[in-house]
Amino acid sequence: MSAAPASGPAVLDHLDVLESHAVFVLREVAAELERPVLLFSGGKDSVVLLRLAEKAFRPGRFPFPVMHIDTGHNFPEVLAFRDKRVAELGEELIVASVQDAIDRGLVADPGPGASRNRLQSATLLDAVATHRFDACIGGARRDEDKARAKERILSFRDEFGQWDPRRQRPELWQLYNGRVKPGEHVRAFPLSDWTELDVWRYVEREGLELPSLYYSHRRTVVARDRMLVAVGPFTPARPGEEPVERVVRYRTVGDMTCTGAVASEATTVADVIAEVATSRLTERGATRADDRFSEAAMEDRKREGYF
Amino acid sequence: MTAADLSTDAGVSTAAEVSTTSLLRLATAGSVDDGKSTLIGRLLYDSSALFDDQLEAVAASSRKRGHDGIDLSLFTDGLRAEREQGITIDVAYRYFATPRRSFVIADTPGHAQYTRNMVTGASTAELAVILVDAQGGLTEQSRRHACVASLLGIRQVVLAVNKMDLVGFSETAFDEIVDAFLTFAAGLDLRTVTPVPISALLGDNVVEPSTAMPWYGGPTLLGHLEQAAVGAAPDRQGGARLPVQWVHRPGPGQPRGSRGYSGMLAGGVLRPGDEVVVLPSGTRTRIVAVETFDGPLEEATPPRSVTVRLADDLDVGRGDLIAAAAAPAAVTRDLEAVVCWLGDRPAQPGGRYLLKHTTRTTRAVLREVVSAIDVNSLVASPAAALAANDLGVVKVSTADALAVDAYADNRTTGSFILIDEATHATVAAGMIAAAADAEVLDLTAR
Repeated sequence: MSAAPASGPAVLDHLDVLESHAVFVLREVAAELERPVLLFSGGKDSVVLLRLAEKAFRPGRFPFPVMHIDTGHNFPEVLAFRDKRVAELGEELIVASVQDAIDRGLVADPGPGASRNRLQSATLLDAVATHRFDACIGGARRDEDKARAKERILSFRDEFGQWDPRRQRPELWQLYNGRVKPGEHVRAFPLSDWTELDVWRYVEREGLELPSLYYSHRRTVVARDRMLVAVGPFTPARPGEEPVERVVRYRTVGDMTCTGAVASEATTVADVIAEVATSRLTERGATRADDRFSEAAMEDRKREGYF
Repeated sequence: MTAADLSTDAGVSTAAEVSTTSLLRLATAGSVDDGKSTLIGRLLYDSSALFDDQLEAVAASSRKRGHDGIDLSLFTDGLRAEREQGITIDVAYRYFATPRRSFVIADTPGHAQYTRNMVTGASTAELAVILVDAQGGLTEQSRRHACVASLLGIRQVVLAVNKMDLVGFSETAFDEIVDAFLTFAAGLDLRTVTPVPISALLGDNVVEPSTAMPWYGGPTLLGHLEQAAVGAAPDRQGGARLPVQWVHRPGPGQPRGSRGYSGMLAGGVLRPGDEVVVLPSGTRTRIVAVETFDGPLEEATPPRSVTVRLADDLDVGRGDLIAAAAAPAAVTRDLEAVVCWLGDRPAQPGGRYLLKHTTRTTRAVLREVVSAIDVNSLVASPAAALAANDLGVVKVSTADALAVDAYADNRTTGSFILIDEATHATVAAGMIAAAADAEVLDLTAR
């Protein structure tokens, strides 16, 4: 190496490699697809996606809008964070609402307190059709679930939004095949090779702000299905459950009805990294009721068009 | 085996201590019978990459299937169809980390569509772990694994001789397999072969050194994976290669010359001041700046994504290649390449496709099927067509000129895929032979 370069070591750090590859995927999708959209939930993975989009496209604007699928049961602090973050970036935000889909009769209301998780798929596919999106960029990671371990980085969806694991396109080198016909689309997952810990290390390295509920706070919860569920308007305490105030944080951010908190004293990114590294539960196993129904819960939802 | 038999204190601490580490992508080849799923389960388990809820789920599944204790292979069976039928249908990716390094495993099944899956998994790997059953010795399948690894440009191979417990941890049994493999591999283009005697079931020499094989003085499998070379592929030694992926247009009021050309560096080193040539046009210019969102770089190495600015105002677009002027890529419309055929319909002369090479997609016609390659020996013989999972040599002509390297020299500028224009299926993976001396073909002719 020549005299003291400012940066650029011969072998890149593993976060640099993951970042560089994710930026490559974002640019490929933007260049090859006509109408991509970036799915932003306010969660840590999609916060990382937004930073990667900055790395890929600044000083220009993002070549795609940002879209949130709002179940109507979202944590208020996450919605506030979503609006603030997108405004800071000066990018376009589309909100596709599950409540709106229910009001229009597109999907049936499962009732108060019930999970609207599966309705997100129908709402997403409706938004894809309405806006004629041909690529949805999401923050899903292969380490999250058995079914996701087999997903492509550019994953084809037929005109019904379905994923067919047996008919995936072989994906070789970095040669992504994003060809679609009208009505079909691809899901693009730039964070495919990232783990939960990688995401947190990146949050730390980049100094990214996250919704406050990722860090330790006091919240009134009930113990349910081996999770701590926040007591709120959509998730009232059930008969026999006793609301208690606990010091908790969230490892994932989703619909309030199916996302649980974990007991945690972690108040900083460094605390969280230490906690995640020694955790004995996967983030979905610890906090997502929707993935615990069966061995193949995620596989089944993905086939229907879930993220 | 019971869960209690599994050692968790592996000397591999949790990933918490990782601060600055490298990333190694590896492919594992072998069938369920060789104990591959058990080996990966063991690596994940002993390196604490598995969690209690996963263990609990697998323990429950193991009981349901009548196994005693935990069946480590169940950790890697992903989809419902696979668990129900006891098969593996596709490449799966697994992740674990040690304090020294993060690992991405491309886990490729050994059954039907084997070639397609291993070619896919191997295409991004820097190292292959080839698993051999110590009882069965070196098989046709082991040779095939080695051939595919070599063909796909993997230069580091670990020969993991598994089930040593079932041959009495015999040094002789190990040596026989190693000798047979090295004799065979001498005809391949591998740089290093590292044999390790292991028992995935019991954990010997996977993460923990074995006490049952005092005659073995080498590293454990994980110990070797932590030390194996990263980023040492030929790509890094050749001239700079930057396939242009994205053009940053200047904002209002900015001069035209302030355009930035983005891409992921695929070879060599790029520095400000470097003389480069834009291909296929052949125009020479100079790098003025190598930039990222985080600021300018004095030097960029693969696989970093960068944006470069050029000294001259040129017509450069997506699909062009910015290459070192002193060592440019070859510009051609006619390719001779080894392909792995992936499509349901066979490869035949006259077939028309879309060809994606780096960031350029162009129309292509398959001029000729030159030969078929025996995946078990890499010996080529005349052929007129290639079916799914076949390897062969073909000649392809493209509508647009491409700037290419031999695959042996650069895996990015030396590779392409063919796409069916009607179905959009990816129907072939291609590795370009050297333009001048046909190195890849020499290998196949052996």
